[in-house]
This record gives sequence, C-alpha cells and structure tokens, in this order.
Amino acid sequence: MDILSLFVVVPVLTILGLLLTKGLAQVRIVSMVGSIIQLGMAINLVFAYFRERAINDSVMLFTRDILWFQNFNIHYAIGVDGISVALLLLTTIVVLAGVFISWKVDDLPKEFFISLLVLSTGVYGFFISLDLFTMFVFYEIAVIPMYLLIGIWGTGPKEYSAMKLTLMLMGASSVLLVGVLGIYFNSNADGGELTFNILEIAKVNIPFEAQKLFFPLTFVGFAVLGALFPFHTWSPDGHASAPTAVSMLHAGVLMKLGGYGIFRVALFLMPEGAMDWSWFFIILSATGVIYGAFGALRQTDLKYINAYSSVSHLGMVLFALLMFNKTAYNGAILQSLSHGLMTALFFALIGMIYGRTHTRDITKLGGLLKVIPFISVIYVVAGMASLGLPGFSGFVAEMNIFVGAFQNEQLFYRIATIVSVSAIVVTAVYTLRVVGIMLMGKVTNPEYLDLPKTTWFEKTGILLLLIPVVGMGVAPLWISDMVMDSIKLFMQ
Amino acid sequence: MDISNFLLMRQEIMLLSIVLLLIIAEIFIPNDKKSSIVHFAIFLFGIHTILGFVELSEGSLFGGSFQTTKLVYFFKNVLNVGVLIVLLQSADWIQEKVVNENKGSEFFILLFSSLLGMYFMISAGDFLMFYIGLELGTLPVAALAAYETSKRISSESGIKFILSAALASGTALFGVSLLYATSGSIFFADITTITASNLTILGFVLFFSGLAFKISIVPFHFWTADVYEGAPISVSSYLSVISKGAAVFILMILLFTVLKPLMHIWENMIYGLTIATMVIGNLFALRQQNMKRFLAFSSIAQAGFILLGIISGTQLGATTAIYFVLVYIFSNLAAFGVVQAISLQTGKENMDDYNGLYRTNPKLSLVMMLALFSLAGIPPVAGFFGKFFLFTSAASEGYYLLVFIAAANATISLYYYLLVVRAMFIRKNDNPIPFFNSKIYMRLGLIVSVIGIFVLGLYSPLYDYIFELNGFLNQ
Repeated sequence: MDILSLFVVVPVLTILGLLLTKGLAQVRIVSMVGSIIQLGMAINLVFAYFRERAINDSVMLFTRDILWFQNFNIHYAIGVDGISVALLLLTTIVVLAGVFISWKVDDLPKEFFISLLVLSTGVYGFFISLDLFTMFVFYEIAVIPMYLLIGIWGTGPKEYSAMKLTLMLMGASSVLLVGVLGIYFNSNADGGELTFNILEIAKVNIPFEAQKLFFPLTFVGFAVLGALFPFHTWSPDGHASAPTAVSMLHAGVLMKLGGYGIFRVALFLMPEGAMDWSWFFIILSATGVIYGAFGALRQTDLKYINAYSSVSHLGMVLFALLMFNKTAYNGAILQSLSHGLMTALFFALIGMIYGRTHTRDITKLGGLLKVIPFISVIYVVAGMASLGLPGFSGFVAEMNIFVGAFQNEQLFYRIATIVSVSAIVVTAVYTLRVVGIMLMGKVTNPEYLDLPKTTWFEKTGILLLLIPVVGMGVAPLWISDMVMDSIKLFMQ
Repeated sequence: MDISNFLLMRQEIMLLSIVLLLIIAEIFIPNDKKSSIVHFAIFLFGIHTILGFVELSEGSLFGGSFQTTKLVYFFKNVLNVGVLIVLLQSADWIQEKVVNENKGSEFFILLFSSLLGMYFMISAGDFLMFYIGLELGTLPVAALAAYETSKRISSESGIKFILSAALASGTALFGVSLLYATSGSIFFADITTITASNLTILGFVLFFSGLAFKISIVPFHFWTADVYEGAPISVSSYLSVISKGAAVFILMILLFTVLKPLMHIWENMIYGLTIATMVIGNLFALRQQNMKRFLAFSSIAQAGFILLGIISGTQLGATTAIYFVLVYIFSNLAAFGVVQAISLQTGKENMDDYNGLYRTNPKLSLVMMLALFSLAGIPPVAGFFGKFFLFTSAASEGYYLLVFIAAANATISLYYYLLVVRAMFIRKNDNPIPFFNSKIYMRLGLIVSVIGIFVLGLYSPLYDYIFELNGFLNQ
C-alpha cells in the first residue's frame, strides 16, 4: 500500500470499524483513533515530502497509476505536490478537531461520525487525485454527506438549507462535468490518446476555441464550492443550519476544494482560456470580497457573520488565482490554509457559545469575556487572525495576495486590487464589532453568570486549530517554501 | 437441419419446459400444499439462470428469423437475473396473498411466458419473429397487471395497459408493413439497404412509436404511472426494468444495424425525445406522493438518459446504454423491493408514511438510500458510473448541449430522490412504520440488488466485457 492510498483506505476502514461498534463510548473512541491516525499519516507525509523533494524534482511525487476503465482511459492516478500535502495536513487537523468538538453528539452518533468520515474520504481523495474522473468521483462523495449531516443534526430551517446546499453544489458539479468532458475530448489535440490524466493533458495544447468554451464551465463548476459571488448563497444558509463540526469541515475543508480545483484543473490545463476570461471572473470575485465583508457587517447571527466573512476571504483566494503570478498564487494557497484553520476555529467557538447560551444573536449576548474567559480570549485571537494582524496566518496570506495582485500593471488590475484591499478595513470593523458587543461590556443576561466550564475535549479541539494558526503566522517559511516549490514547477 | 441446431434456442426451450412443468405441478399438487409451488418455481428459475451462463455458440435458425449472438445471449442472462430478483422479492407476496386465491402457479406461468416473448423479441432476425415476441411479451403482463382482482385499481390498470399496448402494437405493425412495402422483405438483413424515402421514414416513425411505448418515452408514456400504481408491485417492477430493458435492447440493435441508413433522421428525432423524456419525467416526478407513481415517473426520466447512449450511434454508446440498463435494473429493483417489503407488511405506499423510517428500519432505509443514490447518479454506487459514461459517449459525438441539459436534469432528479431520503432520515413521525424482519426471499432479493449496485460500478472488467460483445458495431 502506498503512502497516498492510505488516505482513502484508512477512513474507509474507520467507517467499517464504526459499523461494528456498539454504544456511544466505542463510537467516540473509534472515530478519535481513526482521525488521530489520519493526522499522523499527514505529518508523516510532510516529512516524507521534504525528503523526496530534495532528490526528485518532478511536478508530482509519490505517483501511482492503475488502469481502471480502459475504454475511456480512466485511471486511478494519484500523486501530490506541496500544495496538496499542505491541504491534506489542514484536512486532517480540522477533521480531528471536528471529532473532538462533536464529542457530545448523542443523536445517532454512529451515523454522524460515519457521514463525517465519508466526507473526509472524499476530500482526501480529491486532493490526491491526478485523474479528472477520480477527482470528480471524490468531489461528489465529499458533497453528498453534507445533506444528511445538515438535515439530521442541523438546527433551524435545516431541511431547506440542506436541500439548497446539495442542489447548488450538485448543479455546479453538473456544469463541471461538461467542462471535464470538454477537456477530455480535447486532450488528443496533439494527436495522442484521449486521457483524463491531468499531467498528460497539461502537455497538450488544448485549442483556444475549446479553452474559451470550457474554461468558464470548469471555473464556475469549482468556484461555486469556493463561494463565488453570485453563487455563494448556499454557504451562509448551510453554515447557519449545520451542526458545529459540519460547519468547521464545510468552511475549513470543503470550500477549499473549489480553489484547489481551479488551480489544478482550470488554470493548469486551460491557461489561455483563463487569460481570456479573467476580467470577468476578477470582477465577480472582487465583488464577492466586498459584498461578503459588508454582508458580515450587517448580520447579527454569529454563524451568518462568519459565513459572509468566508465568502469574503475565499473571494480573495479566487481573486488571487486570477492574477497569474507566483506571489499571488502563493498567497491564494496560504489564504486557503489560513482561512481553513481560522474559520474552523471560529465555528468551533461559536458552537461552544451557542451550546452554553442557546443563542447566536450577538445583540442578546454581552460581557462573555467575564464568564467564559477561555472561549472569549480565543475568539479575540481568531478575530485578530481573521483581520490579518501580523503574527497570525491571515497576515502572511493577504500580504502575498495583494503584493502579487499589485504586480499587474494594467489599470484594471490595479483598480480591482485597490477595491479588494479595502475589504480588509471592513473585516476589521465587523470583527471588532462582534468582539465589542459580544465579549466586552456588562453581562446582559443574568442567566449567563454561571455558564459551564470548557471541557477537555473542547480545549483539545481548539488548541489543535489555534497552534497552527499562530504557527503559520510566526514561522510561515517552511509551509510557504513547500507551496512555492510546487508553484514554480507548475508555472513552467 | 441438424437437430443439435436447436441448442441455439436452449434458453427458450428451458424456459418453455419450466412453464410446462409448472402447469403439470399445478395439476398434481393438492390445494393445501399450493404454497410449495413458489419454492418450486424459484428453484427451477434459479437453475435456469445459472445454466444460462454456460457458453453457447452463435448462429441462426429457421432461415434467419431466429438469431443468437453472444450479445443477445448476454442480454438474456441479464433479463434472467432481473427476473430472478423480481421473483425473490415477490415470493412473500405470492405466498401470503396470491396462493390463497388459488392463483399461485398462474403468476409464474404468465410471467415466464412474457419473458419467453422478450427472448424471442431480442433474438428476432425478421419482423415476424419480432412481432410475435413483442405480443407474447406484452399480453401476459396485462393479465398480471390485473392480478389483484379484489382491487378495482388493479383491474383498471390491466385494462389501461392492454388498450394502450394494443394501440402501440398496431402502430408498430403498420410501420413494419410500410417498411416492408419499400424494401420488399421482412428480414432485417435485407432491409439494411433501404434509403430515406418519405414512405420509409413514415414507416420507421410508426415502428419506433410502438417500441417507444414499451420504453415509455415521452410522448408515449401516459400509461406508465397509472399502470404502475394499480398493478401489483412485482408486476410494476417487472414492467419497469425487464420489459423496458428488453425493448431498449432490441431498439438499439435495430437502430444500429438495420436502420443505420436512416441515422441522420433518427438522430434528430431522438435528440428531441431525449430532452422531452427527461424533462417531463422529472417535472412530474417532483410532486408525486405515491411511491409507485414516483418510481414510474423516475423510470420515465431514466429512459431519457438511456437514449443518450443510443443517440451517439457508436460502439461506446451502445456499450454504455446496455451497461446503464444493467445498472438501472439493479437500482430500480432495490427501490421497488423496499417499497414491496413495506407495502406487504403495512399496506403503506405513500412518501409521508416513510417519515422516520430510518429510526425503526435502518437496513431497509439504507438499501432504499443506496438505490436512490444510484438512480440519481451519486458515487460510489453504480448509477454514477452509468450516467458519467452516458454523458461521455454523447459528448464523444459532440452533443455538448444535450449533455448539459441532461446533467441539469440529473440535478433536478436528485431533488426528488432526496425527498425520499429526507422522509426516511430527517423527518420525524409520531406513528412510524414499526420494525419488522423481512423473510428470507425478500432479504436475498435486496442483498443481491445491493451487491449489484456496488459491484457493477467499481468492477470495471464487466464494462470491458460488454464492450467486446458489441464488437460487431465497430464497422
């Protein structure tokens, strides 16, 4: 068994293990052990990656290729570069934190953790795939458990949100499907065989006419998952209804599939089409950045605030990806990682606050810093990371994005960049607004005076996310090197 | 003619013997032991199915009116497996309800006769054999649809079926006579040289309509929902998979070989029909409450997807269409099986009755969910692979717009499939269907379908095998 296939096999084994469990305790232990093993594998992969990178300078490492459906030339082809390794590490961290945060789930716990693991299997598979078909399979596997996770364990208008999310994402995947087929049937443009393999297709010059037609389909297909304006509406509703761990995985990991897919497929395989369409999508993503920020400013529900903030932050990822230079790409990937950790942290904290106060409306909360200091302090820290304070991961990412974006000398790019940068100010406003209303001041509701203390599993989950957020801010170089190496190879 | 040539008809002869054996058994088994006939029939058919996998040579009989190739043989095996699952799933119903009315053996006799008709239809080498097969395949089903004589709705569905089937056969026959008028022969081999004159086109369109009725392609679908709703569930599932599968198969063979000269005509025709079938099927399925009607409209929509494989006119498309039919047989039978089990136990057939099913009957709900996901085309179950390959084969001929519309329809279909999932998993119910254990036959039927749903998708050699069988289309 190779080091990458384990990322699919181990979650599947964990699911099979869960099927055999009886009782809440066993379910918790099996899912915890499974996710710890996954985290271990990811850390091991990082070291293995550095060892291998030193001696091997091909684009993808640890590649493996097994023929699957020969008539379509479909392979089970896997391989990773620094970007996928970083995202795999992120996923394992968020999954483990999610398991800890969901410790208290008692309604159908077995089914909950199984769905969670199916989702993570899809995500892992997506990040390691080099074959468009396999990638597409894993994409859908990652999306569909969301329906059950939100529908069964969610709150509020959960049926509506779950259905909306699933249909919008599946609708996007059907757009993507046409794009993928378009790429496939143009992969023999240089006289070779039809293939789904990304590395093979990258060597082929897909005709410009085809690129112009299929780039927007592929881009939109992925970008819906990355909450591209105006296809972002599934995201706030979905977050608001989802249970805590699902929001974490959803914002932390699932939405990253969008940016990754755009980078790996749309931009990599159809660069000329991307150039041709970039103005249009830059306008959309810059609108998303601003719109998300102002949306967050007006919301009073904590989850909606963070959902709109995600729209804004992920808009920056898409924005940076369309800038076509190394610095901006680097920023986009770092922003994906940073946002993944930070938002997961936010949603974990919101889940804890909601679990104690039973409201997410900030106008009804106040003075929480006095009663639940641990949660509140971490919330402030996460907020600082979100508004891009130096020393946290967000700063490194946004710095790279805007420096990269400003390198484009045309007036259009300059204006778009300036417009997007202004969102940082708004981010500061809405973050501080929440901190001010919710954490500072007097305790408004006497019932809040004795709220339960944070438990060990909550603390573990939070620290798991907090440490990398700070770590990325203080020592960004190792991860930035890993990403930058891969971008360099990619740009050739 | 050497007597051993008759071995080419081995499947037909065996099935005919089973029917005769059942008639004899019906005479000699005393009335109080009639329920044993169910075991007897399933046992015989099981052996028949297994023997079907023994290799057989290709050839033709009766001066070319009966043909058998490896592909035809494979498809007969597919039908056998499907019918076997239908039998397993309906065994309990027959034992509990039908045998008491002294109609146990007739059910099997009628069902097997109909299957025999399908055999002849797909082995036909001329239009005469084709028409005999078509009629033999259809008439017994009308009797089966009206099988629950105590229910008015069942008789109604029988009448509806026979009337519309007669009209469809008549139309097809008229089309055949026009084709005969232009080509001067009823043998498929001679017709391949026809040219597109007005008369041939008219003949072809009429003939196509007759088959489109069996596949329930829009606008020939009106009978579907009413008949499915009224007929016993076993018969609905037989109609929705076996009868439809056989018709798709023969339609495809005819279009790809005999009617190839008219390709530029049927391509455009099927283009429109595909869109109409998918859209209408989906739109009507959205608001259905009765599970049988729901599955009826979903099966209409699925027929639209099958046409996607046919429209490409390539070996790849043909392979995928057959593969998709295979996948569809297993998925749809799993769904019908659950509906059957619940209806038999509680008599409930509405979607609202399924609310909260997961909490009381988790296994049945899981089977249902997998079946619906397969129908909707969600990985890792087989339906995804079937749909993806259908889209690929249509796109290989440049039908990107059609693929786009089809993919959008797949998303719409996901909505109503999720409605059932929502009912079972998310909705709460004060009065849920209580826990029950299915009997052994039903379990076997469901397990076989679920295994099929998984294996067909992930195990690729099967697809390659069908591809090789289709080699004759590669000219």
